[in-house]
Amino acid sequence: MGLTMVEKIMLDHTDRDTIKPGQIINCRIDMVLGNDVTTPVAIAEFKKTGLEKVFNSERVIIVLDHFTPNKDIKSAMQNKLTREFAREQGIKYFYEEGEMGIEHCLLPEKGLALPGEIVLGADSHTCTYGALGALGTGGGSTDMAAAMATGENWFKVPETLRFIFNGKRSKWVGGKDLILYILGDIGVDGALYKSMEFAGNVISELPMDDRLTMSNMAVEAGGMCGLIAPDEITKEYLAGRAIRDYTVYDSDPDADFEKVYEYNTDEIEPQVAFPHLPDNVKPISEAKGIKIDQSVIGSCTNGRMGDLRIAAEIMKNKKVAKGVRCIVIPGTQAIYKQAMQEGLIDIFIDAGAVVSTPTCGPCLGGYMGILADGEKSISTTNRNFVGRMGHTGSEVYLSNPAVAAASAVKGKIAHPEEVL
Amino acid sequence: MKLEGKVFKYGDNIDTDVIIPARYLNISDVEELASHCMEDIDKTFIERVEPGDIIVGGKNFGTGSSREHAPLAIKTAGISCVIAENYARIFYRNSVNIGLPILECPEAVAGIEDGARLEVDLNNGEIIDISSGKTYQAEPFPPFVLEIFKAGGLIAQIKERIKNNV
Ligand code: SF4
Repeated sequence: MGLTMVEKIMLDHTDRDTIKPGQIINCRIDMVLGNDVTTPVAIAEFKKTGLEKVFNSERVIIVLDHFTPNKDIKSAMQNKLTREFAREQGIKYFYEEGEMGIEHCLLPEKGLALPGEIVLGADSHTCTYGALGALGTGGGSTDMAAAMATGENWFKVPETLRFIFNGKRSKWVGGKDLILYILGDIGVDGALYKSMEFAGNVISELPMDDRLTMSNMAVEAGGMCGLIAPDEITKEYLAGRAIRDYTVYDSDPDADFEKVYEYNTDEIEPQVAFPHLPDNVKPISEAKGIKIDQSVIGSCTNGRMGDLRIAAEIMKNKKVAKGVRCIVIPGTQAIYKQAMQEGLIDIFIDAGAVVSTPTCGPCLGGYMGILADGEKSISTTNRNFVGRMGHTGSEVYLSNPAVAAASAVKGKIAHPEEVL
Repeated sequence: MKLEGKVFKYGDNIDTDVIIPARYLNISDVEELASHCMEDIDKTFIERVEPGDIIVGGKNFGTGSSREHAPLAIKTAGISCVIAENYARIFYRNSVNIGLPILECPEAVAGIEDGARLEVDLNNGEIIDISSGKTYQAEPFPPFVLEIFKAGGLIAQIKERIKNNV
Protein backbone atom coordinates (compact mmCIF):
# COMPACT_ATOMS: atom_id res chain seq x y z
CA MET A 1 0.00 0.00 0.00
CA GLY A 2 1.32 3.45 -0.91
CA LEU A 3 1.52 6.48 1.37
CA THR A 4 -0.23 9.84 1.37
CA MET A 5 1.71 13.11 1.31
CA VAL A 6 1.24 13.80 4.99
CA GLU A 7 2.40 10.29 5.91
CA LYS A 8 5.55 10.68 3.81
CA ILE A 9 6.43 14.05 5.33
CA MET A 10 5.83 12.84 8.87
CA LEU A 11 7.77 9.63 8.32
CA ASP A 12 10.70 11.69 7.06
CA HIS A 13 10.71 13.54 10.40
CA THR A 14 10.84 10.52 12.72
CA ASP A 15 13.25 7.67 13.39
CA ARG A 16 10.51 5.13 12.71
CA ASP A 17 10.29 2.75 9.75
CA THR A 18 6.53 2.92 9.36
CA ILE A 19 3.64 5.03 10.51
CA LYS A 20 -0.10 4.75 10.17
CA PRO A 21 -3.12 6.99 10.81
CA GLY A 22 -4.23 7.18 14.43
CA GLN A 23 -0.74 6.76 15.92
CA ILE A 24 0.60 9.53 18.11
CA ILE A 25 4.26 10.16 17.30
CA ASN A 26 7.02 12.67 17.88
CA CYS A 27 8.29 14.57 14.83
CA ARG A 28 11.26 16.84 14.30
CA ILE A 29 10.18 20.39 13.45
CA ASP A 30 11.91 22.38 10.70
CA MET A 31 10.44 25.77 11.56
CA VAL A 32 8.67 27.01 14.68
CA LEU A 33 6.45 30.07 14.29
CA GLY A 34 4.82 32.48 16.72
CA ASN A 35 3.07 35.85 16.51
CA ASP A 36 2.48 38.80 18.82
CA VAL A 37 -0.52 37.18 20.53
CA THR A 38 0.81 33.66 21.04
CA THR A 39 4.55 34.27 21.56
CA PRO A 40 4.33 36.07 24.95
CA VAL A 41 2.55 33.02 26.41
CA ALA A 42 5.10 30.72 24.71
CA ILE A 43 8.00 32.67 26.18
CA ALA A 44 6.59 32.24 29.69
CA GLU A 45 6.20 28.49 29.09
CA PHE A 46 9.67 28.20 27.52
CA LYS A 47 11.22 29.83 30.58
CA LYS A 48 9.58 27.20 32.81
CA THR A 49 11.73 24.50 31.17
CA GLY A 50 14.79 26.09 32.73
CA LEU A 51 16.57 26.19 29.37
CA GLU A 52 18.48 29.34 28.50
CA LYS A 53 18.55 29.04 24.72
CA VAL A 54 16.10 27.88 22.05
CA PHE A 55 17.16 24.68 20.25
CA ASN A 56 18.21 26.62 17.14
CA SER A 57 17.85 30.37 16.69
CA GLU A 58 17.68 29.97 12.89
CA ARG A 59 14.64 27.67 13.14
CA VAL A 60 12.38 30.02 15.08
CA ILE A 61 10.28 32.66 13.31
CA ILE A 62 8.48 35.40 15.20
CA VAL A 63 6.18 37.86 13.41
CA LEU A 64 4.41 40.73 15.14
CA ASP A 65 1.21 41.15 13.17
CA HIS A 66 -2.10 40.88 15.02
CA PHE A 67 -2.07 44.13 17.02
CA THR A 68 1.04 45.61 15.35
CA PRO A 69 1.93 48.52 15.03
CA ASN A 70 1.08 48.43 18.75
CA LYS A 71 -2.62 49.18 19.03
CA ASP A 72 -2.67 50.05 22.72
CA ILE A 73 -0.55 50.03 25.87
CA LYS A 74 -1.24 46.36 26.63
CA SER A 75 -0.14 45.18 23.19
CA ALA A 76 2.85 47.50 23.38
CA MET A 77 3.91 45.78 26.61
CA GLN A 78 3.42 42.33 25.09
CA ASN A 79 5.40 43.29 22.01
CA LYS A 80 8.17 44.76 24.13
CA LEU A 81 8.54 41.44 25.92
CA THR A 82 8.63 39.56 22.61
CA ARG A 83 11.11 41.98 21.03
CA GLU A 84 13.45 41.56 24.01
CA PHE A 85 13.21 37.77 23.84
CA ALA A 86 13.90 37.76 20.09
CA ARG A 87 17.00 39.94 20.51
CA GLU A 88 18.36 38.11 23.51
CA GLN A 89 17.88 34.74 21.75
CA GLY A 90 19.29 36.05 18.47
CA ILE A 91 16.20 34.88 16.58
CA LYS A 92 17.22 35.14 12.93
CA TYR A 93 13.76 35.48 11.46
CA PHE A 94 12.17 38.13 13.65
CA TYR A 95 9.88 40.63 11.92
CA GLU A 96 8.56 43.84 13.43
CA GLU A 97 7.33 47.18 12.09
CA GLY A 98 8.88 48.06 8.77
CA GLU A 99 9.64 44.44 7.87
CA MET A 100 6.64 42.59 9.15
CA GLY A 101 3.59 41.44 7.30
CA ILE A 102 0.75 39.11 8.14
CA GLU A 103 2.68 35.95 9.08
CA HIS A 104 1.07 33.63 6.52
CA CYS A 105 1.66 36.11 3.71
CA LEU A 106 5.20 36.76 4.90
CA LEU A 107 6.62 33.24 5.35
CA PRO A 108 5.90 32.04 1.79
CA GLU A 109 7.16 35.34 0.39
CA LYS A 110 10.45 35.03 2.29
CA GLY A 111 10.93 31.39 1.24
CA LEU A 112 10.69 30.22 4.87
CA ALA A 113 7.96 27.61 4.31
CA LEU A 114 9.31 24.86 2.08
CA PRO A 115 8.00 21.67 0.46
CA GLY A 116 8.52 18.54 2.53
CA GLU A 117 9.22 20.48 5.73
CA ILE A 118 7.22 20.65 8.95
CA VAL A 119 6.27 24.13 10.10
CA LEU A 120 4.60 24.17 13.51
CA GLY A 121 3.02 27.53 14.22
CA ALA A 122 1.31 28.91 17.28
CA ASP A 123 -1.38 30.13 14.92
CA SER A 124 -4.20 28.10 13.47
CA HIS A 125 -3.68 29.29 9.88
CA THR A 126 -0.18 27.81 9.72
CA CYS A 127 -1.89 25.29 7.43
CA THR A 128 -1.50 27.95 4.69
CA TYR A 129 1.91 26.48 3.77
CA GLY A 130 0.26 23.30 2.55
CA ALA A 131 -0.09 25.17 -0.74
CA LEU A 132 3.67 24.81 -1.10
CA GLY A 133 3.68 21.14 -0.15
CA ALA A 134 4.85 21.93 3.38
CA LEU A 135 3.25 20.28 6.38
CA GLY A 136 2.24 23.56 7.98
CA THR A 137 0.04 22.99 10.99
CA GLY A 138 -1.22 25.05 13.88
CA GLY A 139 -0.73 24.49 17.57
CA GLY A 140 -0.82 26.62 20.68
CA SER A 141 1.70 28.59 22.69
CA THR A 142 2.81 25.57 24.74
CA ASP A 143 3.39 23.73 21.45
CA MET A 144 5.60 26.59 20.34
CA ALA A 145 7.45 26.59 23.66
CA ALA A 146 8.00 22.82 23.51
CA ALA A 147 9.27 23.02 19.94
CA MET A 148 11.55 25.95 20.78
CA ALA A 149 12.96 23.89 23.63
CA THR A 150 13.41 20.51 21.94
CA GLY A 151 13.02 20.98 18.17
CA GLU A 152 10.22 18.43 18.14
CA ASN A 153 6.61 17.87 19.14
CA TRP A 154 3.86 15.24 19.19
CA PHE A 155 1.29 14.70 16.43
CA LYS A 156 -1.46 12.27 15.67
CA VAL A 157 -0.94 10.82 12.19
CA PRO A 158 -4.09 11.94 10.34
CA GLU A 159 -6.32 10.19 7.84
CA THR A 160 -6.35 11.89 4.43
CA LEU A 161 -9.31 13.35 2.55
CA ARG A 162 -8.70 14.16 -1.11
CA PHE A 163 -10.61 16.92 -2.92
CA ILE A 164 -10.46 16.87 -6.70
CA PHE A 165 -11.62 19.84 -8.77
CA ASN A 166 -12.03 19.32 -12.50
CA GLY A 167 -13.71 21.46 -15.14
CA LYS A 168 -13.65 25.12 -16.17
CA ARG A 169 -13.21 27.93 -13.64
CA SER A 170 -14.89 31.28 -14.22
CA LYS A 171 -12.74 34.40 -13.87
CA TRP A 172 -14.66 35.47 -10.76
CA VAL A 173 -14.14 32.16 -9.01
CA GLY A 174 -10.87 31.99 -7.07
CA GLY A 175 -9.25 29.75 -4.50
CA LYS A 176 -11.50 31.35 -1.89
CA ASP A 177 -14.65 30.14 -3.64
CA LEU A 178 -13.29 26.60 -4.02
CA ILE A 179 -12.49 26.28 -0.33
CA LEU A 180 -15.80 27.89 0.68
CA TYR A 181 -17.51 25.39 -1.62
CA ILE A 182 -15.80 22.52 0.22
CA LEU A 183 -16.80 24.04 3.57
CA GLY A 184 -20.40 24.32 2.43
CA ASP A 185 -20.26 20.65 1.49
CA ILE A 186 -18.44 19.03 4.42
CA GLY A 187 -18.98 21.56 7.24
CA VAL A 188 -16.71 23.10 9.86
CA ASP A 189 -15.96 19.68 11.34
CA GLY A 190 -15.88 17.79 8.03
CA ALA A 191 -12.12 17.27 8.15
CA LEU A 192 -11.59 17.16 11.91
CA TYR A 193 -7.98 16.05 12.74
CA LYS A 194 -7.53 15.11 9.04
CA SER A 195 -5.13 15.98 6.26
CA MET A 196 -6.86 17.59 3.28
CA GLU A 197 -5.34 17.30 -0.19
CA PHE A 198 -6.38 19.44 -3.14
CA ALA A 199 -5.89 18.15 -6.69
CA GLY A 200 -7.38 18.04 -10.19
CA ASN A 201 -6.90 20.11 -13.34
CA VAL A 202 -8.36 23.25 -11.74
CA ILE A 203 -5.79 23.09 -8.93
CA SER A 204 -2.93 22.39 -11.38
CA GLU A 205 -3.80 25.63 -13.18
CA LEU A 206 -4.45 27.65 -10.03
CA PRO A 207 -2.00 30.52 -9.34
CA MET A 208 0.01 30.30 -6.10
CA ASP A 209 -1.89 33.14 -4.43
CA ASP A 210 -5.16 31.23 -4.87
CA ARG A 211 -3.59 28.00 -3.66
CA LEU A 212 -2.41 29.73 -0.50
CA THR A 213 -5.99 30.96 0.05
CA MET A 214 -7.33 27.41 -0.21
CA SER A 215 -4.82 25.83 2.14
CA ASN A 216 -5.27 28.75 4.53
CA MET A 217 -8.84 27.72 5.26
CA ALA A 218 -8.23 23.96 5.74
CA VAL A 219 -8.46 24.65 9.47
CA GLU A 220 -11.96 26.07 8.99
CA ALA A 221 -12.99 22.50 8.10
CA GLY A 222 -11.13 21.24 11.18
CA GLY A 223 -8.19 19.97 9.11
CA MET A 224 -4.65 19.46 10.38
CA CYS A 225 -3.29 20.64 7.03
CA GLY A 226 -4.35 21.40 3.43
CA LEU A 227 -1.75 20.02 1.04
CA ILE A 228 -1.12 20.59 -2.66
CA ALA A 229 1.61 18.52 -4.33
CA PRO A 230 4.43 20.79 -5.52
CA ASP A 231 4.59 21.30 -9.31
CA GLU A 232 6.08 23.78 -11.79
CA ILE A 233 4.03 26.65 -10.32
CA THR A 234 5.46 25.85 -6.88
CA LYS A 235 9.03 25.65 -8.15
CA GLU A 236 8.68 28.90 -10.06
CA TYR A 237 7.26 30.61 -6.97
CA LEU A 238 10.12 29.37 -4.79
CA ALA A 239 12.90 30.16 -7.25
CA GLY A 240 15.08 32.86 -5.72
CA ARG A 241 13.15 32.73 -2.42
CA ALA A 242 13.74 29.32 -0.82
CA ILE A 243 16.26 29.65 2.02
CA ARG A 244 17.49 26.07 1.46
CA ASP A 245 17.01 23.02 -0.76
CA TYR A 246 13.77 21.13 -0.32
CA THR A 247 12.21 17.72 -0.95
CA VAL A 248 9.05 17.24 -2.95
CA TYR A 249 6.43 14.65 -1.99
CA ASP A 250 3.19 13.56 -3.59
CA SER A 251 0.69 10.91 -2.52
CA ASP A 252 1.09 7.49 -4.11
CA PRO A 253 -1.76 6.55 -6.46
CA ASP A 254 -2.50 3.50 -4.28
CA ALA A 255 -2.37 5.46 -1.01
CA ASP A 256 -5.15 4.86 1.47
CA PHE A 257 -7.41 7.92 1.25
CA GLU A 258 -10.26 7.89 3.74
CA LYS A 259 -12.51 9.57 1.21
CA VAL A 260 -12.22 11.21 -2.20
CA TYR A 261 -14.52 14.12 -3.10
CA GLU A 262 -14.90 15.07 -6.76
CA TYR A 263 -16.27 18.43 -7.84
CA ASN A 264 -16.97 19.89 -11.25
CA THR A 265 -16.26 23.62 -11.32
CA ASP A 266 -18.26 24.41 -14.50
CA GLU A 267 -21.27 25.58 -12.53
CA ILE A 268 -19.55 26.94 -9.41
CA GLU A 269 -20.29 30.64 -8.82
CA PRO A 270 -18.56 32.95 -6.35
CA GLN A 271 -19.48 31.80 -2.83
CA VAL A 272 -20.45 33.75 0.28
CA ALA A 273 -20.32 32.41 3.85
CA PHE A 274 -23.18 33.89 5.88
CA PRO A 275 -22.94 34.59 9.63
CA HIS A 276 -21.94 32.98 11.96
CA LEU A 277 -19.95 30.01 10.64
CA PRO A 278 -17.61 29.63 7.64
CA ASP A 279 -19.65 26.62 6.44
CA ASN A 280 -22.89 28.60 6.16
CA VAL A 281 -22.13 29.01 2.46
CA LYS A 282 -24.45 30.12 -0.36
CA PRO A 283 -23.77 30.99 -3.99
CA ILE A 284 -23.57 34.74 -4.68
CA SER A 285 -26.92 34.63 -6.50
CA GLU A 286 -28.56 33.98 -3.12
CA ALA A 287 -26.56 36.65 -1.31
CA LYS A 288 -27.00 39.60 -3.65
CA GLY A 289 -28.63 42.71 -2.25
CA ILE A 290 -27.68 42.38 1.43
CA LYS A 291 -26.81 45.91 2.58
CA ILE A 292 -23.33 46.32 4.07
CA ASP A 293 -21.62 48.94 6.24
CA GLN A 294 -18.04 47.80 5.63
CA SER A 295 -15.89 45.86 3.19
CA VAL A 296 -12.52 44.46 4.27
CA ILE A 297 -10.01 43.35 1.64
CA GLY A 298 -6.91 41.75 3.15
CA SER A 299 -5.81 39.13 5.75
CA CYS A 300 -3.72 35.96 5.50
CA THR A 301 -6.51 34.55 3.34
CA ASN A 302 -6.74 37.23 0.65
CA GLY A 303 -4.15 39.94 1.20
CA ARG A 304 -1.77 39.01 -1.64
CA MET A 305 -0.99 40.63 -5.01
CA GLY A 306 -3.48 38.54 -6.95
CA ASP A 307 -6.19 39.59 -4.51
CA LEU A 308 -5.36 43.28 -4.67
CA ARG A 309 -5.13 43.21 -8.47
CA ILE A 310 -8.58 41.75 -8.94
CA ALA A 311 -10.09 44.14 -6.36
CA ALA A 312 -8.44 47.11 -8.09
CA GLU A 313 -9.67 45.96 -11.48
CA ILE A 314 -13.20 46.26 -10.16
CA MET A 315 -12.75 49.51 -8.23
CA LYS A 316 -10.90 51.34 -11.00
CA ASN A 317 -12.66 54.64 -11.77
CA LYS A 318 -15.45 53.73 -9.35
CA LYS A 319 -16.42 55.10 -5.97
CA VAL A 320 -17.10 53.25 -2.77
CA ALA A 321 -20.84 53.67 -2.05
CA LYS A 322 -21.73 56.48 0.36
CA GLY A 323 -22.03 55.16 3.89
CA VAL A 324 -19.73 52.18 3.28
CA ARG A 325 -16.23 51.95 4.77
CA CYS A 326 -13.85 50.04 2.52
CA ILE A 327 -10.58 48.98 4.17
CA VAL A 328 -7.77 47.54 2.06
CA ILE A 329 -4.81 45.90 3.84
CA PRO A 330 -1.88 44.59 1.78
CA GLY A 331 -0.46 41.46 3.47
CA THR A 332 3.22 42.46 3.57
CA GLN A 333 5.48 45.45 2.99
CA ALA A 334 6.59 43.94 -0.34
CA ILE A 335 2.98 43.52 -1.46
CA TYR A 336 2.23 47.09 -0.33
CA LYS A 337 5.15 48.40 -2.39
CA GLN A 338 4.33 46.33 -5.43
CA ALA A 339 0.71 47.51 -5.28
CA MET A 340 1.97 51.07 -5.15
CA GLN A 341 4.23 50.56 -8.16
CA GLU A 342 1.37 49.02 -10.13
CA GLY A 343 -0.86 51.99 -9.29
CA LEU A 344 -3.33 49.90 -7.28
CA ILE A 345 -3.04 52.06 -4.17
CA ASP A 346 -4.04 55.10 -6.27
CA ILE A 347 -7.08 53.22 -7.52
CA PHE A 348 -8.17 52.31 -3.97
CA ILE A 349 -7.62 55.81 -2.59
CA ASP A 350 -9.34 57.48 -5.55
CA ALA A 351 -12.30 55.17 -4.96
CA GLY A 352 -12.50 56.37 -1.38
CA ALA A 353 -11.05 53.30 0.33
CA VAL A 354 -8.72 53.31 3.33
CA VAL A 355 -5.34 51.65 2.73
CA SER A 356 -3.45 50.41 5.80
CA THR A 357 0.01 49.17 6.63
CA PRO A 358 0.05 45.33 6.88
CA THR A 359 -1.71 44.04 10.00
CA CYS A 360 -4.33 41.46 10.99
CA GLY A 361 -6.32 44.35 12.48
CA PRO A 362 -10.03 43.93 11.75
CA CYS A 363 -9.84 40.22 10.83
CA LEU A 364 -9.99 39.23 14.49
CA GLY A 365 -11.73 42.35 15.76
CA GLY A 366 -8.43 43.81 16.93
CA TYR A 367 -8.53 47.34 15.54
CA MET A 368 -8.68 49.22 12.19
CA GLY A 369 -12.32 48.51 11.37
CA ILE A 370 -14.31 47.23 14.36
CA LEU A 371 -18.04 46.75 13.80
CA ALA A 372 -20.78 48.30 15.96
CA ASP A 373 -23.97 46.56 17.08
CA GLY A 374 -26.16 45.71 14.09
CA GLU A 375 -23.51 46.47 11.45
CA LYS A 376 -22.66 44.14 8.58
CA SER A 377 -19.33 43.65 6.85
CA ILE A 378 -18.35 41.72 3.80
CA SER A 379 -14.80 40.50 4.27
CA THR A 380 -12.14 38.48 2.48
CA THR A 381 -11.02 37.03 5.82
CA ASN A 382 -11.61 33.45 6.99
CA ARG A 383 -13.88 33.55 10.05
CA ASN A 384 -17.30 34.99 10.72
CA PHE A 385 -17.99 33.77 14.27
CA VAL A 386 -20.19 35.78 16.65
CA GLY A 387 -18.28 38.95 17.55
CA ARG A 388 -15.26 38.07 15.40
CA MET A 389 -14.99 41.58 13.95
CA GLY A 390 -16.43 43.55 16.84
CA HIS A 391 -19.80 43.76 18.61
CA THR A 392 -21.58 40.46 19.20
CA GLY A 393 -24.56 41.98 17.40
CA SER A 394 -22.56 42.55 14.19
CA GLU A 395 -22.38 40.23 11.18
CA VAL A 396 -19.55 39.14 8.87
CA TYR A 397 -20.03 37.70 5.36
CA LEU A 398 -16.98 35.99 3.86
CA SER A 399 -16.19 36.27 0.15
CA ASN A 400 -13.42 36.54 -2.41
CA PRO A 401 -11.78 39.96 -3.06
CA ALA A 402 -13.65 40.60 -6.33
CA VAL A 403 -17.00 40.24 -4.58
CA ALA A 404 -15.84 42.35 -1.61
CA ALA A 405 -14.73 45.12 -4.01
CA ALA A 406 -17.95 44.99 -6.04
CA SER A 407 -19.99 45.04 -2.84
CA ALA A 408 -18.09 48.11 -1.58
CA VAL A 409 -19.01 49.93 -4.78
CA LYS A 410 -22.66 48.82 -4.73
CA GLY A 411 -23.17 49.24 -0.98
CA LYS A 412 -24.65 45.77 -0.90
CA ILE A 413 -23.40 42.28 -1.66
CA ALA A 414 -22.89 42.15 -5.42
CA HIS A 415 -21.47 39.99 -8.21
CA PRO A 416 -18.42 41.62 -9.85
CA GLU A 417 -20.25 41.69 -13.20
CA GLU A 418 -22.88 44.04 -11.75
CA VAL A 419 -20.20 46.69 -11.36
CA LEU A 420 -18.08 46.33 -14.47
CA MET B 1 -8.51 10.93 39.82
CA LYS B 2 -12.15 11.79 40.53
CA LEU B 3 -13.87 15.09 39.78
CA GLU B 4 -17.25 16.38 40.83
CA GLY B 5 -19.20 19.46 39.77
CA LYS B 6 -22.27 20.96 38.18
CA VAL B 7 -22.77 21.18 34.45
CA PHE B 8 -22.73 24.20 32.17
CA LYS B 9 -24.15 22.91 28.92
CA TYR B 10 -23.55 24.58 25.55
CA GLY B 11 -24.22 23.61 21.91
CA ASP B 12 -22.17 22.57 18.86
CA ASN B 13 -19.16 24.44 17.45
CA ILE B 14 -18.41 26.53 20.54
CA ASP B 15 -15.55 28.59 19.08
CA THR B 16 -12.52 30.10 20.76
CA ASP B 17 -13.80 33.61 19.95
CA VAL B 18 -16.72 33.10 22.34
CA ILE B 19 -14.64 31.21 24.91
CA ILE B 20 -12.31 34.20 25.09
CA PRO B 21 -12.97 37.09 22.66
CA ALA B 22 -10.00 38.49 20.73
CA ARG B 23 -10.51 41.90 22.31
CA TYR B 24 -8.95 40.42 25.47
CA LEU B 25 -5.92 38.83 23.78
CA ASN B 26 -3.74 41.76 24.77
CA ILE B 27 -4.10 40.48 28.37
CA SER B 28 -1.50 38.00 29.66
CA ASP B 29 -2.79 37.73 33.24
CA VAL B 30 -4.71 34.44 33.40
CA GLU B 31 -7.05 35.49 36.22
CA GLU B 32 -8.08 38.58 34.28
CA LEU B 33 -8.52 36.49 31.11
CA ALA B 34 -10.66 33.99 32.99
CA SER B 35 -12.95 36.78 34.21
CA HIS B 36 -14.12 37.17 30.57
CA CYS B 37 -14.53 33.46 29.86
CA MET B 38 -17.69 32.62 27.85
CA GLU B 39 -19.08 36.15 28.29
CA ASP B 40 -20.20 36.49 24.67
CA ILE B 41 -22.64 33.57 24.93
CA ASP B 42 -23.23 33.35 28.68
CA LYS B 43 -22.86 36.59 30.60
CA THR B 44 -23.51 34.93 33.98
CA PHE B 45 -21.09 32.00 33.54
CA ILE B 46 -18.31 33.67 35.46
CA GLU B 47 -20.62 34.61 38.36
CA ARG B 48 -22.08 31.11 38.64
CA VAL B 49 -19.04 28.91 38.06
CA GLU B 50 -17.55 27.17 41.11
CA PRO B 51 -14.28 25.24 41.35
CA GLY B 52 -14.77 21.72 39.98
CA ASP B 53 -17.65 22.53 37.63
CA ILE B 54 -17.83 20.84 34.25
CA ILE B 55 -18.55 22.17 30.77
CA VAL B 56 -20.51 19.91 28.42
CA GLY B 57 -20.36 20.94 24.76
CA GLY B 58 -21.60 19.42 21.50
CA LYS B 59 -19.44 18.59 18.52
CA ASN B 60 -16.28 20.41 17.37
CA PHE B 61 -15.81 22.15 20.72
CA GLY B 62 -13.09 24.83 20.65
CA THR B 63 -13.15 25.40 16.90
CA GLY B 64 -11.37 28.45 15.50
CA SER B 65 -8.17 30.13 16.54
CA SER B 66 -5.11 28.55 18.10
CA ARG B 67 -5.34 30.74 21.17
CA GLU B 68 -4.28 28.74 24.20
CA HIS B 69 -5.95 31.52 26.13
CA ALA B 70 -9.19 29.57 25.55
CA PRO B 71 -8.49 26.34 27.51
CA LEU B 72 -6.42 28.42 29.94
CA ALA B 73 -9.37 30.72 30.65
CA ILE B 74 -11.66 27.70 31.11
CA LYS B 75 -9.21 26.01 33.47
CA THR B 76 -8.49 29.16 35.46
CA ALA B 77 -12.22 29.88 35.80
CA GLY B 78 -12.37 26.68 37.86
CA ILE B 79 -13.66 24.18 35.31
CA SER B 80 -12.26 20.76 36.16
CA CYS B 81 -13.03 19.02 32.89
CA VAL B 82 -14.81 19.40 29.56
CA ILE B 83 -17.00 16.72 28.00
CA ALA B 84 -17.97 17.00 24.32
CA GLU B 85 -18.81 14.88 21.30
CA ASN B 86 -15.43 15.82 19.81
CA TYR B 87 -12.97 18.71 19.73
CA ALA B 88 -11.30 21.03 17.26
CA ARG B 89 -7.77 19.70 16.78
CA ILE B 90 -5.78 22.61 18.19
CA PHE B 91 -8.09 23.02 21.18
CA TYR B 92 -7.50 19.33 21.92
CA ARG B 93 -3.70 19.75 21.73
CA ASN B 94 -3.74 22.88 23.84
CA SER B 95 -5.89 21.29 26.53
CA VAL B 96 -3.61 18.24 26.73
CA ASN B 97 -0.53 20.46 26.77
CA ILE B 98 -1.77 22.64 29.64
CA GLY B 99 -3.34 19.74 31.54
CA LEU B 100 -7.07 20.48 31.17
CA PRO B 101 -8.82 17.08 30.99
CA ILE B 102 -11.18 16.80 28.02
CA LEU B 103 -13.33 13.76 27.39
CA GLU B 104 -15.12 12.62 24.24
CA CYS B 105 -18.51 11.01 24.85
CA PRO B 106 -21.46 11.62 22.48
CA GLU B 107 -23.88 9.62 24.68
CA ALA B 108 -23.12 11.75 27.74
CA VAL B 109 -23.58 14.91 25.68
CA ALA B 110 -26.99 13.71 24.52
CA GLY B 111 -28.13 12.59 27.98
CA ILE B 112 -26.76 15.18 30.41
CA GLU B 113 -28.76 18.33 31.14
CA ASP B 114 -27.66 21.82 32.05
CA GLY B 115 -27.23 22.15 35.82
CA ALA B 116 -26.84 18.40 36.46
CA ARG B 117 -24.24 17.19 39.00
CA LEU B 118 -21.58 14.84 37.63
CA GLU B 119 -18.87 12.60 38.97
CA VAL B 120 -16.05 11.90 36.51
CA ASP B 121 -13.29 9.32 36.91
CA LEU B 122 -10.37 10.37 34.71
CA ASN B 123 -8.56 7.07 35.09
CA ASN B 124 -11.19 5.00 33.32
CA GLY B 125 -13.38 7.64 31.62
CA GLU B 126 -16.50 6.84 33.66
CA ILE B 127 -19.07 9.64 33.92
CA ILE B 128 -21.84 9.37 36.53
CA ASP B 129 -24.79 11.74 36.28
CA ILE B 130 -25.72 12.00 40.00
CA SER B 131 -28.87 13.96 39.14
CA SER B 132 -30.35 11.25 36.89
CA GLY B 133 -28.42 8.22 38.12
CA LYS B 134 -27.24 7.37 34.59
CA THR B 135 -23.68 6.27 33.82
CA TYR B 136 -21.68 6.90 30.65
CA GLN B 137 -18.36 5.61 29.37
CA ALA B 138 -16.03 8.08 27.63
CA GLU B 139 -13.08 7.15 25.39
CA PRO B 140 -10.13 6.66 27.78
CA PHE B 141 -7.08 8.83 27.02
CA PRO B 142 -4.42 7.33 24.70
CA PRO B 143 -1.34 6.32 26.77
CA PHE B 144 0.82 9.05 25.18
CA VAL B 145 -1.68 11.71 26.23
CA LEU B 146 -2.17 10.22 29.71
CA GLU B 147 1.60 10.49 30.23
CA ILE B 148 1.46 14.23 29.54
CA PHE B 149 -1.49 14.65 31.95
CA LYS B 150 0.34 12.68 34.61
CA ALA B 151 3.44 14.84 34.25
CA GLY B 152 1.26 17.93 34.73
CA GLY B 153 1.40 19.13 31.12
CA LEU B 154 3.84 19.13 28.22
CA ILE B 155 6.29 21.67 29.65
CA ALA B 156 6.47 19.87 32.99
CA GLN B 157 7.17 16.65 31.06
CA ILE B 158 9.99 18.30 29.08
CA LYS B 159 11.44 19.76 32.28
CA GLU B 160 11.50 16.30 33.81
CA ARG B 161 13.18 14.92 30.69
CA ILE B 162 15.85 17.62 30.77
CA LYS B 163 16.45 16.95 34.46
CA ASN B 164 16.88 13.24 33.83
CA ASN B 165 18.94 13.94 30.72
CA VAL B 166 16.84 11.89 28.31
S1 SF4 C 1 -5.17 37.74 9.24
FE1 SF4 C 1 -6.73 36.96 10.63
S2 SF4 C 1 -6.75 34.77 10.41
FE2 SF4 C 1 -4.86 35.54 9.48
S3 SF4 C 1 -3.31 35.37 11.07
FE3 SF4 C 1 -4.19 37.41 11.20
S4 SF4 C 1 -5.89 37.25 12.68
FE4 SF4 C 1 -5.33 35.18 12.06
